[in-house]
Formats: sequence, C-alpha cells, structure tokens
Amino acid sequence: MVLWSSLKSCLQLSCILKTPKADFRSTTSGGLIIQSISNDIYQNLAVEDWIHDHMNLENRQVLFLWRNSPAVVIGRHQNPWQECNLRLMRQKNIKLARRRSGGGTVYHDLGNINLTFFTARKKYERMENLKLIVKALKALCPQLDVHVTDRYDILLDRQFKISGTAAKLGRTTAYHHCTLLCNADKFVLSSVLKTPYKGIKSNATPSVPASVKNLFEEDPSLTCEMLLDAIAEEYATQHQIDHHITLVNPADETVLPGISNKTKELQAWEWVYGKTPKFSVSTCLNMVYKDSVIDVKVDLDVKHGRIEVCNIDLPEQWLPPALCSKLVNSFTGSKFCPNEITTLATTLLRVCPQDDEMHSRWNLLCENMTRLM
Amino acid sequence: VCIHRVRSCSSIRFIKSKYVCVFDKSALKFSHQQRLFRTSAVSCGQIVQFKLSDIGEGIIEVTVKEWYVKEGDSVSQFDSICEVQSDKASVTITSRYDGIIRKLHYNVDEIAYVGKPLVDIETDASKGVASEDVVETPPMSHEEHTHQEIKGHKTLATPAVRRLAMENNVKLSEVVGTGKDNRILKEDILNYLAKQTGAILPPSPKAEIIPPLPKSETVPAAPKDKAHKIPVPVSRPIVFSGKDKTEPITGFHKAMVKTMSAALKIPHFGYCDEIDLTQLVQLREELKPLAQLRGVKLSFMPFFIKAASLGLLQYPILNASLDESCQNVTYKASHNIGVAMDTEQGLIVPNVKNVQVCSVFEIASELNRLQSLGSAGQLGTNDLTGGTFTLSNIGTIGGTYAKPVILPPEVAIGALGKIQLLPRFNGKGEVFKAQIMNVSWSADHRIIDGATMARFSNLWKSYLENPASMLLDLK
Repeated sequence: MVLWSSLKSCLQLSCILKTPKADFRSTTSGGLIIQSISNDIYQNLAVEDWIHDHMNLENRQVLFLWRNSPAVVIGRHQNPWQECNLRLMRQKNIKLARRRSGGGTVYHDLGNINLTFFTARKKYERMENLKLIVKALKALCPQLDVHVTDRYDILLDRQFKISGTAAKLGRTTAYHHCTLLCNADKFVLSSVLKTPYKGIKSNATPSVPASVKNLFEEDPSLTCEMLLDAIAEEYATQHQIDHHITLVNPADETVLPGISNKTKELQAWEWVYGKTPKFSVSTCLNMVYKDSVIDVKVDLDVKHGRIEVCNIDLPEQWLPPALCSKLVNSFTGSKFCPNEITTLATTLLRVCPQDDEMHSRWNLLCENMTRLM
Repeated sequence: VCIHRVRSCSSIRFIKSKYVCVFDKSALKFSHQQRLFRTSAVSCGQIVQFKLSDIGEGIIEVTVKEWYVKEGDSVSQFDSICEVQSDKASVTITSRYDGIIRKLHYNVDEIAYVGKPLVDIETDASKGVASEDVVETPPMSHEEHTHQEIKGHKTLATPAVRRLAMENNVKLSEVVGTGKDNRILKEDILNYLAKQTGAILPPSPKAEIIPPLPKSETVPAAPKDKAHKIPVPVSRPIVFSGKDKTEPITGFHKAMVKTMSAALKIPHFGYCDEIDLTQLVQLREELKPLAQLRGVKLSFMPFFIKAASLGLLQYPILNASLDESCQNVTYKASHNIGVAMDTEQGLIVPNVKNVQVCSVFEIASELNRLQSLGSAGQLGTNDLTGGTFTLSNIGTIGGTYAKPVILPPEVAIGALGKIQLLPRFNGKGEVFKAQIMNVSWSADHRIIDGATMARFSNLWKSYLENPASMLLDLK
C-alpha cells in the first residue's frame, strides 16, 4: 500500500536539485509524492518555496502533503486585521502566516490536510487536481456527495465548503494548493476567522466567507491519514508511479539547502504584517474613565504595517496638548502592533511629568489604541 | 502549449525580429540571439514594450498587486518585476530583458490585460563594457563564458554575471550556481574567486566590485591552517565592499532614545561589590522542587528582589523620585521592583508590584507570569509602568561588573553579574569553593550619597549571604 522512506536514504531530491536531467533515468516517470514530518506552518510553506525555486519540474510533477498545528493562513495580498481576530489568536497562541499564493484566509489545524500540486508553469491546471481529489474521496467513501465548483471550491452536500484553493505561478514552475477539512475544530475556526476590528478601509483581497463542514461529520470513520493515503494512491495511479511517499524534514539543510532562510523570511514581521497593502483605520474609541465615557476619534493610515499618519481627537485638555502631540509623534512610524505601541508608550512615559492622574489617562489611551491592533 | 508560444512570438515580432520566443526552453539559443542583438544595437538604448504573457486557464485580465521595480531601476533578465493576482492565483512576472525600467503601465490595484504592455524597458548594451569586446573575444572561450553544457546540464547566468566571470577568467562550468534553476549569481562567482585566492569575503550579501588593481600588484593569500592549499598570487585581485544600510529610528527605539538621553542627564555614581551566594545556592536547590509542586519556576531573582525590598525599608531614599525641577523628592510607598528583560524588541522593564507585602514565592509566581507575557510580546501597560527601583540580571547572558543606567523617574538601579565558582578563604584561612556574584549599583548623586548606597548594599548582601537572617525581618 503505502511505502515510506526517509529522504536522506533515498537520493531522489538531492539528485533533482543538482543535476536535473541526469537523474531522470533513476526515477519512474514524471511523479513524486512527498510528505512533511513537520507541523510548523512556516517550515511547510518554506518547503513549498524551496520546491518552487529549486526543482526542475519540466518533466515531472510533485504532490506535497502537509498538516499544521493551529494557524491562520492569509493570502499574499490580504490584510490580517480585516480577515481574522488577531487578539484572540495571540491569546490562544495560534500563529499567523502569509502564504505566497493568492486567495483568501483559511484556518489550519491537525484536523485539516493540505495538498500542493507542483507542475511546470505550462501544465498548471487546477480543475484536474481538484477532480483527482474528488475521485479519491469517492473511492474511499462512495456515498459522499462532493463536487468541484467553478470557483475551485469543493462542496459537501452541495452547500458546505470542505476545501479552499490558491495558486502561485512563477517563471517556469507553478503550484496549486488546497485544504481539506477532515476533523478540524470548527468552533475555533469560526471564532478566529471573524474580525473584531472596525473602520478598516482597504484594497486588499477580501475573503469570501462560507459555511464549512468536516468530512468526519459525514463519515466518523475517516481520519486524516486515510484521506492523505487515498489521495496519494489516486495521484500515483494517474501519474503512473509507485504509491511511494517520501518523507521530508523541513529543517534539514543538507537535503534542502537554504530552507532555513526561507523559513525565517516567512516568519519575519516584515513579511507577515509588513506586506499588508496600504489601508486606513477610521474609528471611535469609547474609553471608560471614572464613571464617564470619553469618545475619541482616531484616524490612522497604515503602510507596510507601520503607522504612516496618526490623528487622535481627544477632548480638550484631557491630556496636556504637548504630551498628546508627543504621543502621536511617537506612534508615527511605529509598527501597527499592540506590543510595539505598549512598550513605546510606557517607555516614553518615563520622560513625562510624574503625575499619577496623567499617567493613568495616558495608559488608558494606549490600551484603547492597542485594541485596534 | 503550441498556441501560446506562437502568440508570444507574434507579439515580439514587431519589436525585434531576431528575438527568439520567450518560452523556448533552450536558453543556449536565446543567449546567442542576445549576443547578436547587442552588437547590432550597439549605442542606442532601445525601448522594448514588455507585454503581460499568458497566465493560463484562459485568463485575460489580472490585478496588479505589487511592483518590485520603479521607473529608473535597472533590471536583469529573470528579476521579478511585479506580482499580479487573478482569481486566487498569485503570479510573479519576471523580466525577459536586461535594462532600465522606463515606464510602468499600471498602478497598484489596476487591472492589467494579457497581451498588453506591462512595462517599457530600455535595453542597455553598454554597462561599462563596450560591445566590441564581446565580438572580439575568440568564439571558443566566449562559449565557455556564456554557456556550458556539462553532462546535459546547462548553466544559466545573466549577462552581467557572465561579464564578471570573463573579466576574472572564471569558467562558468566550474562554478556552482545557487540561484533559481541553478542560475549562477554574482555571489557564486565571488565565492569561487575567494576560494582561489584565499581572500576572506566580508559577510555582506551584496558585494560590489571595485575596478581591479593594476596587473603588477599581487595580493598575498590569507594564511591557512591546513597547508595543503598553496596560496596562488592573483594578478588582478578583487576588492569587495559591503553596502551601508540606513533606516529610520521609529517606534520603540525612538522612545528609548528619548528615555536614555534623559537618563544620562542624571549624575550617576557607581558602587560595586562581591556577594558570596554559596548558602543561597543551596537553599534554592532545596526550595526549587517545592515551588515546582506549586507550578512555579524558582530562580534566584525572587530572593534578590525580596532582599532589595527589605533593604529599601531601611533606606527609603533609594525608592524615591526627584521631580523635574529638582525641588521635591517623593518617597514612594510601594516597592514596585522592575526586572530588566531582554526580548526580540529590545530591553523592556516590567515590574513586580508591592514587593514589600509579597512573599518570595509570590514574587516568583509573578515573575513567571511577566516572563511568559514578555516572551509572547503581550505585556500590558500596567505591568510596564509604575516601577520605583530596578534590578538587571545581565549575568544570565554574561559579565561580571557593569555600569547600569538609571531608568527615570527612578533614582537607583542594580546590575547583577553571573554566578561563578571561585576560590575564597574562610575564617580559618582555608581555601573553599564559593559561589560568587558581583553587583554593580548606580544611583542619582543629586539625592543619594555614597554612604547610603554602600550601607544599603551591605544590608542586601548580608541578607543574601546568610538567607536565614531574612527570616528575622520578613513582614
């Protein structure tokens, strides 16, 4: 059925990297199935990058299977503040990642499987890949009502989305990847994919919300392993190769030289948040202070994840104007990040007049500002 | 597949008939054509309209999402020009030519059409090398430098890289390419050269080439441990320089600049001492498992913090604050002892509130909370403000003595060095193993005098050297 092998002992991948043409004799025609041993979203996205950049896919195709511990993955051109509840994610230690392909936002956990179909740029064909998946699902579980829509989604029972798709095209290679919900935590999914942030105006790609369902709900005997296996089997059949899955360790520099740099790039703030297209926030803070509510109008322009322009409309003399402008001035250029704002505001407080009343107002304003982030 | 190749060819046809189709896999042929192209368009930069090529799946329009270049930038073949998106697919458009970007036909978020011009590139024949050189070089060696077919493996390199190889008599076939599709990059040539000459390259990723020195000079190779490599003097040595990188100071760092500038206005004086922690080390070993049972990790800091608070009860001036005009000093009632923490952002100082009424265990528990919030980047304003006195355990990273800077509006700070096992003499004149830690205090000389600091330090030291004595004064 399934044959596993460690990537080191099987020289396939390193051969492919060094002398692409020379190796073709030693491998069976045009196909390779690999699976990641890591559940780290950044490492796995780095593997995708690595294959995209370094493998010669002129005459072969690759299927990459992976799963991640809880993470929210936004598309290349999306705005995380618009797409998900960053505050909740920080509390629950759910990571945020930005992938290089387009499309919308998805939630990953170990109950979700990810499939990436690598081909030469010319052979990029999403429908075929999705039909392959549907065929595998039906072979595994014939009573399943699953079909592919023209938006490249896979629907269960004609109404529930079980898979989302995205793609990345480079100069010579392309990949199409998609998710598949087997047994994911729907409660966490719906709570993290709902943004609490108001007043955001942006041209970033918006996600299209959809009702989701787990395959497990249709057939409780299904597990992620079974799904991965069935899809690998179908892929092997269609590409006329052995049903042989090669394991990949995304931390192994010897097999994937340069992979740790790719992982670092994907984890960097400049990529995850800094690549957010320009947006503006126009909202009102309702600060509760000593039995009264203070309305504060806030207008921010955020570019590359940093506050470019900041306007805070405080009631007259609530904070000394000099201090207010000092605060606004320090926000400008700062990352649109609650930790950055908190640490900079509290540090700046050290050089302000020592007045307890004033300090508590300053802190209150900062706390409310960070709630926007 | 055939159809779209023809399309691209036809679009290029009215620009330059000698150009080969972009999607032609044999880059060898392409390079030949390029060489010919150069010699025929020797002096004028020709503006080429680079059209958006077919995306596949019958897509006719895309949205431009990000430009990687701007007008006036120079690009090499295969450099990324922009990112476009179409229906969940993100596409990186790369340049077909070397040259200078003269016009971007779309703004971000505009719709671009397949087959229509995306950018105008001025293709540039002269980059410091006259094209006559290209023609004069004997065809065989030029082959070496443009392409190598070794065991069916083609070597890709941009014209700029090929020129660099040629100038330095480097065979492309001997260089390992680390770029996309095993492309040979400038860095690969430089690394190859460094190995030849034994020169040590600076760690900077972008190495610029300064014109080589006159042929008469030779550069002695760097000495090597393993003598098997004989340094070969190179007649045209390469000198590398990294590029400086300037970025604005913003956010948290901007705030630190202000705070530290204000701090240095305080007249600091220092006082240092050595503490024998032998007994405390043993005590902590005994108490660690007890704390663990209660779910708390016990370090040395809770002891240092509690001892400091006991000392501040006797010397409250160290827990005070001087107002801006230096007219009034305020003795703070709460001992909110700050603990310097090193995070990804830099130095942050959360504080433990009201140490004067906390037990060592409570302090340890609070420290655990602050540490985990600190490393997750989730400390709140309350944790980060209101500090009255600070301890900095720099010893966990290293060091013995330090010169800490007072954090306004406080008036004193202590830096703790690392605990070292050192030989010391006991009362009987015998040598024994002692766990020694150094402390370096700084205080505001406007209101604190040396004697006060010294007495506080002695008291703090006596609590720690003989932990049982803390029991007498614990409230």
